[in-house]
Amino acid sequence: MFISKLSQVGLWMVRESKIGRFTSVSKTGFLQGHSKGYLQHLKHSFSTTAADKAHEEGNQEKEKFHGDQVSKISVTFVDKDGDEKTIKVPIGMSMLEAAHENDIELEGKYSGHLWIEYLGGACEGSLACSTCHVIVMDVDYYNRLEDPTDEENDMLDLAFGLTETSRLGCQVIAKPELDGIRVALPAATRNFAVDGYVPKPH
Amino acid sequence: MIKSKMTNLAIFQASKWLFSRTLSSLSSSHPLHVCIVGSGPAGFYTAEKMLKAHKGAEVDVIDRLPTPFGLVRSGVAPDHPETKIVTNQFSRVASNERCSFIGNVSLGTSVSLSELREIYHVVVLAYGAESDRVLGVPGEDLAGIYSAREFVWWYNGHPDCNKLTPDLKSTDTVVVLGQGNVALDVARILLQPTSELATTDIANHALLALEESTIRRVFLVGRRGPVQAACTAKELREILGIKDIYIHIEEADLIKSSADEVELKNSRSQKRVYELLSKAATSQQSHPIPSQRELHFVFFKKPDRFLHSDISSNVSGVRFEKTYLKGVVPNIQGRVLSDKSEHAILEKGLYVAGWLKRGPTGIIGTNLFCAEETVASISEDLKQGMLTSTLKPGRDGLLQLLHDKGIRYIPFSGWKKIDLQERSDGSLRNKPREKINFLG
Repeated sequence: MFISKLSQVGLWMVRESKIGRFTSVSKTGFLQGHSKGYLQHLKHSFSTTAADKAHEEGNQEKEKFHGDQVSKISVTFVDKDGDEKTIKVPIGMSMLEAAHENDIELEGKYSGHLWIEYLGGACEGSLACSTCHVIVMDVDYYNRLEDPTDEENDMLDLAFGLTETSRLGCQVIAKPELDGIRVALPAATRNFAVDGYVPKPH
Repeated sequence: MIKSKMTNLAIFQASKWLFSRTLSSLSSSHPLHVCIVGSGPAGFYTAEKMLKAHKGAEVDVIDRLPTPFGLVRSGVAPDHPETKIVTNQFSRVASNERCSFIGNVSLGTSVSLSELREIYHVVVLAYGAESDRVLGVPGEDLAGIYSAREFVWWYNGHPDCNKLTPDLKSTDTVVVLGQGNVALDVARILLQPTSELATTDIANHALLALEESTIRRVFLVGRRGPVQAACTAKELREILGIKDIYIHIEEADLIKSSADEVELKNSRSQKRVYELLSKAATSQQSHPIPSQRELHFVFFKKPDRFLHSDISSNVSGVRFEKTYLKGVVPNIQGRVLSDKSEHAILEKGLYVAGWLKRGPTGIIGTNLFCAEETVASISEDLKQGMLTSTLKPGRDGLLQLLHDKGIRYIPFSGWKKIDLQERSDGSLRNKPREKINFLG
């Protein structure tokens, strides 16, 4: 009990320090405003080991490329109507976080059916839901990702429109090799439009 | 004492809220008035989608309880706090100036459906499926048999089941009928060390009962085989990983038919569940050591009858796993139909979302897509001009009606007070919250 408390505190510290390094790498201060808010949500999360691992890996990535010119990569999101949106994502940031950041930034320019509305994140990145399901559109890019953990696979099992290159947006962390990656949001509603569709039992 | 605390709070908050409401309704002259019945995931996802899709919509979410979030609060197991994080998102929806939570208002007793349809342009039913499945097996009314809903509501502090007091001391064995995630939740709550539950938001009465429980052995009984087990890999992995637990699975049950092979090929999740079960079966110890807690997976068995016993030690607690489909309303993509016949007509302005629409299955996220479909239907009907031909009073009308009937409702700010109280009560016990489970 006490130990788990401690490890949680440890996790916060990892995250706090991550952001600290983050802002110094990206220099522009891109993250400073909103990421704090997102972090506050994260504080409530009870992260699983896999999430910890992913964050740590994210940190290692940043360490490795610290000092390099690469601080952001280009990511294209394709919504279910086929509309595309390319954004710059700082190294170490998950696709879920990036989506939330950019939702804030883009607000006002788009209304209604911006792709972000479909990229959920109900559990705020704690690997307890599949609402941030994305499909990596190029197998080559998919192969550059770490294999999903059992915990991520458990959640992907429940995702709508699962494909061979499906991942959770919260587990896809921006790294230089992923520059130019294209991810699509699943065309989720088709599951319900089909007559006689029976949802999977839980 | 808790009772009176809640009532006072409601009165205080109501007057404060009336003031802010008047301000916000001034800003829009002819809003679309929407009422959502039920504040669980289906209700809140529908509210969120409605607010986003229709900038002129005012959305009220009513609930029969003073507290919001439905099964996220009373269904999700206490040791799954990460699953409850979604309430942050729902709270943001409820705090939207065009959205109001109106708790303690029950459809059918506080307000009738026809009254709601008079008051609102759009009524979305999202109150789920609360009735229990009847197995039709002789003896199922015997003492010591509970529905999973009752048992889950009991350990989650739902006000309807806080008096359940299941007998966990006259026997060492519990039989759970079903192998879905709820069945696994029940088994896990019964078997895992109470020290691990003590820091969750489990109801205190349940924690005390579990601390004194003599239950050591749980049988999870499924009608079909391991290929068809209804649980998901996450929940299965979790229960198999309980510290020091003895797991028993008959290896003979793992033999697959050719139909099973096809089924596994077509379902990634079933395949992974099957693999976990096989792995557990091959790595199990041959016998439990004394005092070790045991979990037995029993396949290919369905209940035939429940036996009455003369001596109390023979009574085994048996639980049902699933609520049943009685509540499901006939609908086309969320539009409610007058009946199930071919000649059914659409009920104007009446919609359905969540379990009431598609039956009690799926995870929280399923409601996201379900709500999206219902809101798409509403949007289409609005475009056709089917819904806004008359002016409706909306929220003002409902509040007037509640006032006339002398019904005290709880606004979202009232819930926030309850929330604060629960968190502070919980912090005294090192728990995230201690739920108030009495109604005022």
